[in-house]
Amino acid sequence: MKIEVTINGERHSHDVEPRLLLVHYLRDVVGLTGTHVGCETSLCGACTVLLDGAAVKSCTLLAVQADGREITTIEGLAKDGQLHPIQEGFWERHGLQCGYCTPGMILAAHQLLQRNPNPTEADIRHGIEGNLCRCTGYQHIVEAVQYAAEKMRK
Amino acid sequence: MPISKSVGARIKRREDPRLIQGLAHYVDDIHLPGTLHVAILRSPHAHARIEKINVEAARRHPGVVAVVTGRGLQDRIGLIPCAANFPGMKTPPHRILALDKVCFVGEPVVAVVAEDPYIARDAVDLIEVDYDPLPAVASGEEALRRGAPVIHDDQGKDNVAFTWEIAGGDVERALREADRVVKHRFVQQRLAPIALETRGVLAQYLPGEDQLTVWSSTQIPHLLRTQLAVMLRVAENRVRVIAPEVGGGFGSKLNVYAEEGLVAHLAIWLKRPVKWIEGRRENILHTIHGRDQAGEVEMAVQNDGTITGIRYTVTADVGAYYQLLTPAIPTLTGLMLCGCYKIQNVAMKLTGAFTNKMATDAYRGAGRPEATYLIERMLDIVADELNMDPVELRRKNFIAPSEFPYTTGTAVVYDSGDYTAALDKALSIAGYQALREEQARLRAQGRYLGIGVSTYVEICGMGPSKAMPAGGWESGAVRVDPTGKVTVLTGVSPHGQGQETTFAQIVADGLGVDIDDVRVMHGDTDAVQYGIGTFGSRATAVGGTAMVLAMQKVKEKVVRIAAHLLEGNPQDIVLEDGKYFVRGNPTKALTLADISLAAHVANNLPPDTDPGLAETHFFEPSNFTYPFGTHVAVVEVDADTGEVEVKRYVAVDDCGQVINPMIVEGQIHGGIAQGLGQALYEEVVYDENGQMLTGSLMDYALPKAHNFPKFELASTVTPTPVNPLGVKGVGEAGTIGSTPAVVNAVVDALEPFGVRHIDMPLRPEKVWRLMRKKPRRS
Repeated sequence: MKIEVTINGERHSHDVEPRLLLVHYLRDVVGLTGTHVGCETSLCGACTVLLDGAAVKSCTLLAVQADGREITTIEGLAKDGQLHPIQEGFWERHGLQCGYCTPGMILAAHQLLQRNPNPTEADIRHGIEGNLCRCTGYQHIVEAVQYAAEKMRK
Repeated sequence: MPISKSVGARIKRREDPRLIQGLAHYVDDIHLPGTLHVAILRSPHAHARIEKINVEAARRHPGVVAVVTGRGLQDRIGLIPCAANFPGMKTPPHRILALDKVCFVGEPVVAVVAEDPYIARDAVDLIEVDYDPLPAVASGEEALRRGAPVIHDDQGKDNVAFTWEIAGGDVERALREADRVVKHRFVQQRLAPIALETRGVLAQYLPGEDQLTVWSSTQIPHLLRTQLAVMLRVAENRVRVIAPEVGGGFGSKLNVYAEEGLVAHLAIWLKRPVKWIEGRRENILHTIHGRDQAGEVEMAVQNDGTITGIRYTVTADVGAYYQLLTPAIPTLTGLMLCGCYKIQNVAMKLTGAFTNKMATDAYRGAGRPEATYLIERMLDIVADELNMDPVELRRKNFIAPSEFPYTTGTAVVYDSGDYTAALDKALSIAGYQALREEQARLRAQGRYLGIGVSTYVEICGMGPSKAMPAGGWESGAVRVDPTGKVTVLTGVSPHGQGQETTFAQIVADGLGVDIDDVRVMHGDTDAVQYGIGTFGSRATAVGGTAMVLAMQKVKEKVVRIAAHLLEGNPQDIVLEDGKYFVRGNPTKALTLADISLAAHVANNLPPDTDPGLAETHFFEPSNFTYPFGTHVAVVEVDADTGEVEVKRYVAVDDCGQVINPMIVEGQIHGGIAQGLGQALYEEVVYDENGQMLTGSLMDYALPKAHNFPKFELASTVTPTPVNPLGVKGVGEAGTIGSTPAVVNAVVDALEPFGVRHIDMPLRPEKVWRLMRKKPRRS
């Protein structure tokens, strides 16, 4: 099936198998490998991307479902060599160790801060509960999101 | 960025820019043209004979390149290695693909190689295997009962894999002469490490160059290279292993797995790149598990609280086959059985039992969390029997600071420690007395607050080679380019621990260069001559020391050349703010770049000085290191639901000197999270037929962000004399200290219900049942 998708502001058109998962389309067809696969069942959130601005798990969407829509992946977050404040927060506050969950975690935090620019610690902990991290114990991730929230409010 | 004094500072990680922008390369991110993909048919049975395998339909499926069975592979590839060996140990052959029978759910049976991963999976569904199911056994203790099905009947008449004992002093006598003997049985459940990146292997063979390159998500690239050379019967100098970006390990990638041998073999055979990426279900079925011990502790106690002896009789469920270190892991429990306490009479009798399950092996802490859990739970149980405060009982039995180095009853030598200092600090931060008062107040209102303390010591910095199954030393090399840029090559293989930053901090200070001018390379066997890898909280204590000693050799040469160029004496050369000069004459100064250029141009060197500027050091530690600390958990248990809320968590850890406090905090946070996960949520469950019941993250409960409070961290610093950095290691401390703190807190909360112990995980249903009894008035 032919699909047309805008990814990080660029238009892509490909002929794909109807069963191709969105995450495999992004990684193996388009070549954007920053989106990771952690569980294939929507439980870990490593594959989180923004689909028309909303955080979705790309391991349980088909590429054809993205036809005509806009996707932002981790590669599209920094603009003109400038890190996004959430990326900056993760770096400043040591919000990552192995880094595997990080792209998905950052995009989940992106949605959280769009919806709630001034979240409490509890809001953040609940807002990222669809994303698993095995390294950090989440505390530095929470601080990274707090850092970003403050910076984005300014 | 300060040019020096970066050691001890909260330096942001050098690894992060690529990771936060999605630019890093984990195994599956490496795309080679023409790559074939592997999918594996795994056993759905815990125990069965393979009667017949029909792969014809799979082989004919369009896009399939090859289908291989155990029979086909048998003569082409060796067995999966185990590095541990005890007298009398049974070692059943552990094949890449099953031959005549399968012994656990998830065991690889047939591999399909296809042009595309989707096609490979399709073709797996076309394979027909006739199994003749056999009775299975899914618990270590059941496996040792008379009449249990024998899993490896070619190895003997029972499921005893091995036995192992350790003893010190006279535990029989201590138990006989004690005022009382306190006994308790503990089950430490099976856990899945669940690194967020599953395992994965990519291999490429270039026939012209006769070069095999294997990219694997591993913690031990060099050991893997050696083992692959043996398994595949190829020359080791033709094998290059690369651990690219690795998405967590926690011990699960400290191993040599079937798929690593299989994929490497297929790449040589088919002369095309071959890739296999593990699915999460496969990861839970066929990546090693941790813990899984069941046994009884007997403690000899005097009425004044003095503990005089401990004996642990335990069955370790090792699964169906050994992985690299399977039998060695529970022996570490034995070494650390005395904890922080002066107990000279000690014994452990360990029986390893085969079961129809995946192998256990090293999972964060690897045998030491088990020891800490046992002794810290026992201390609380004993305190309860003696009607003593559990904190006072600990104080009474602590090894005193003046007694270090201290030789334990198990003959390990604790390097340094001040257990009371860490305990006092933790209790002060927690406000222990105030918490006890609040507990009493809330109990009167029918609310159940619990306070749990755990005082731990662990064995780290692994380790002296004489105490390790496959070498415990580490290598480090420091090279300076003619332009003054520095490259560090380390034999450790970090996968989240941040040594690209901490090692650069040390070198930046030591050689007087900007931290951004230091590049730390690891995980490529063509770049790093040899190394042991990252595990056992050893990377900085052992690998960092190797690097420092190499750096000191470089520094010595730098100083000699500087003295020659500046016409001074080497002993008068000082390094300040990146400038080398003769003491008292800072205006005439050289940078490392100036000196390195001179070393490489080499036309004006001091006599008897070789050109170039690069040194290597292989470091053998004289002992392990022994970090310690106190963790305090405050929980509230909901009487209506049995849910446990961790309200506060205080951790005071002493890992010796700290290179980067931010990274150390991160390690402790993550460790605590995994320890809490074990205490409250996590368990790999097989049913009595050996069927896996927790095969996805829907069933295997990994902790989430809202499960935890903000951890309150503090530290004490007791340097180790074992290495020149004074560092002890911090990778596992959090996991080791936290599990008993939480269980102690929950049992403490349930004291009004007469609860003496609960086996983990403390799931709400289990806790709720215990709270059905009417509480006694306190």
